[in-house]
Amino acid sequence: MKNIYKIIKIYKVFIILVIANIILGIFFPKIGKDSALITKGNVLEMLKVIPPVFVLLGLLDVWVKKEVMVKYMGEKSGIKGLILAFLVGSSAAGPLYIAFPIAGLLLRKKASFFNVFIFIGAWSTTKIPMLLFEITNLGGKYALIRLCLSVVSIVTISFILVNL
Amino acid sequence: MFIAILYGFTIIGLIFSFFKSREKTKKALKKALKSFGNLMPQLSGILVLIGIILSVMDRNMISSLIGENSGLFGFLISGIVGSITLIPGFVAMPLISSLLKSGAGYTQMTMFLSTLMIVGIVTLPLEIQYFGKKVTYKRNIACFFFSILIALIIGRLI
Repeated sequence: MKNIYKIIKIYKVFIILVIANIILGIFFPKIGKDSALITKGNVLEMLKVIPPVFVLLGLLDVWVKKEVMVKYMGEKSGIKGLILAFLVGSSAAGPLYIAFPIAGLLLRKKASFFNVFIFIGAWSTTKIPMLLFEITNLGGKYALIRLCLSVVSIVTISFILVNL
Repeated sequence: MFIAILYGFTIIGLIFSFFKSREKTKKALKKALKSFGNLMPQLSGILVLIGIILSVMDRNMISSLIGENSGLFGFLISGIVGSITLIPGFVAMPLISSLLKSGAGYTQMTMFLSTLMIVGIVTLPLEIQYFGKKVTYKRNIACFFFSILIALIIGRLI
C-alpha cells in the first residue's frame, strides 16, 4: 500500500495529465482521441530510441576515467586539457546541478578555471547520449550545426570568464 | 537507419565492456536503468502534455505564439521559459520536435533548447556556492547572450 502511494506521488503529473486527457475526451471526443493518438505515437517513438541511448550513457559514465583525466587539466595543460575537459563533461550522466559540485572538486584538484568552465559547458550542452537523442528527434543536420555552434560558444564563454 | 546504427554501436560497446569487466558492465547497466527511472516521471508527463497541447492548439495558434514570425515576443518567451525551467534535455527534445512540426520556429525553439541546457536561474544559489556570485552571474549572462547568437544563426541556416 505504501509502495502504491509512493508510485502515485512520483507519477502525479503523469496521472493528472492522463485524467485531464480523459475529461477532455468526454467533452470533446475528437480532441481527446487526437491527443491520445499523438501520445501513443510519441511513446512508441521514444521506446525505440531510449534503450540504446541509456545503455551508452551508462557505459560512458563507467568507462571514462574522470579521476585520471583531472591530472591533465591543470593551468598549463593547453589544448590537451581543453579536449579532456570536453571529453569528461560530454561523457557524464545527470543534470547540470550535479556538475557544480564536481566542478568544485575539479578546482580543488587543481584543474584550471578555463578547463572547469569548458567542463560545465560540455556537461550542459554536448553530452554524447543527449546528442544522439537530439539527432533522432530533431535531425542530424540540426544537431550537428548546433553542436558546432555550441562548442565555439563554450570555448569563447570560458575564455571571457577567465580573462574579463 | 540512424537508429539501427545506434543499436549496433551500443551492442558492440556492451560486448566489449562485458569482456573487459563484467563488474563494470553491470554497473553501467544499473546506471542506465537508474537514469531511465529518474527520467520516467517527467518524460511520461511531457508525452501526455504534448498530446494535449497539439490537439487543443492548432498550427496557427502555435505559430503566432512561437513561430518564425512571432517577433521579439516569441523569442523572449522561449528564452525566459528555457532559462527558468529545469527539465532535462531528454524530456525537452520530444516536446521541441513536436512543436516544430506544428508551426513553432527553429529560431525560437533553439533559443529555448540552448537556454534550457546552459542557463540556470533556479540553480543560481547552488552555482554561487561553488563559483561565487560574480562568476556565476557573468557565466549565466554570457550563456544567455550566446544562446541568442546560436538561435539566430540556426534560424538562418535551417
